[in-house]
Amino acid sequence: MQLSTLQTLNSVRAARQAAVVVSDLSDGGSQVFPEGGPLPPMWEAAIGEALRSGRPRLAELGGRSLFFNVHMPPPRIVVIGAVHISQALARLAPVAGFDMAIIDPRTAFATVERFGGVELLADWPEDILPARPLDRYTALAALTHDPKIDDYPIRAALEAGCFYVGALGSRKTHAKRVERLSQAGVSAEETARIKAPIGLDIGASSPSEIAVAVLAEIIEALRRRDLTGQQGEAK
Amino acid sequence: MLNQPNVLDPLEIVETWHKEGRAVALATVIETWGSAPRPVGSHLAIDSDGNFQGSVSGGCVEGAVIAEAADVIASGVPKVLEFGVADETAWRVGLSCGGRIRVYVERIDG
Repeated sequence: MQLSTLQTLNSVRAARQAAVVVSDLSDGGSQVFPEGGPLPPMWEAAIGEALRSGRPRLAELGGRSLFFNVHMPPPRIVVIGAVHISQALARLAPVAGFDMAIIDPRTAFATVERFGGVELLADWPEDILPARPLDRYTALAALTHDPKIDDYPIRAALEAGCFYVGALGSRKTHAKRVERLSQAGVSAEETARIKAPIGLDIGASSPSEIAVAVLAEIIEALRRRDLTGQQGEAK
Repeated sequence: MLNQPNVLDPLEIVETWHKEGRAVALATVIETWGSAPRPVGSHLAIDSDGNFQGSVSGGCVEGAVIAEAADVIASGVPKVLEFGVADETAWRVGLSCGGRIRVYVERIDG
C-alpha cells in the first residue's frame, strides 16, 4: 500500500467518514474510496454493498482477486449531564472502545476536577451540537433529568439517526417527556426509539452500576443494529 | 471526539512508524472459515524489528505473520498467508480454536 493511500484513509477516518479500501491481491495495488465520493463503475456495486453491510469481503472482478475492506467511523458516546453516572461512564467508555464527550451547561457540574481525561463541553447542547452534529455512529445518553437541558439533544439525536438514544428518568418522567416531544411534533415512531428508563435491566443501583447498564445497552444497540436498511439505525 | 491519535489503532500506528523512518508492513485478515478469533478486515502493523500493534488472531499466529512480514518488508512483494488448525505433534503454527484464516501482508511504500 502506498503511504499516500494510508494517509488518505487515516484522514477520512479521523473525519468520521466511512471508507472502502480496495486491494488487488495479485499486484499489491490499493485504492481508498471515501463514502459519497466518486466510484469506478466496475467496483461501484461491490463498494456500495460493502458500505451498506459494513462487512469486508473478497471478490473476483474482471479477472482480479480483490479485497474490499470497510472502515466505519468508531462509535462515540455523547452524554448530556456532568453527573455522577457520567463520571463512571467516562472511565468505562474508553475501555470498551468508545470515544466520549460530555455536555452540560451547569459549570458547577462540568468541572475538570470531576472529569479529567474526557472531553467536557460546559455549554448548552443547543449551542454546541449545530457545530458538532450528532451522527449515525453516535450514541446519545441524556442524564440530567432536566427537560430544559435534555429535550433538545434527544430530538437532535432522533433526527440524526443516532444508533442509540437513551434518557434517564422513571417511567412517569419519561411519559411526560414523550408528551412534550409529541407536542413538539416528534412522531410516535421516533419517541419509541428512546430507551427509557435508561440501561439494560440488570438491577443496577449505584451510579457505577447504572453506567455499566447504560454502556451494555449502547453496545447491544451498536452490535444488533439493522444493517439491511439504514446503517446505524437502532432496531 | 478527542483528536489525539489512538495509540492502539494499527492503521495510525503504521503511519506514525513510517513517518519515523521505520520500514513497515500491514497485515490484514482477508478471509475466515469456521471459528476465527479476529474478524475479516482486522489489522496488524509490523515493523522490520518485529514490533507489532493490533492482531489478526487471538495471538496464535502473530509470530508467524511477523516473521513473514520481514520478507515482505525486504522484497516489497505482498503475500497471502493461510493458517489452519494447529498441528500439535509437529508444533506447527496454527489456530487452536479450529478455524482457518487467510492474511494479506503488504509493505507500506512511499
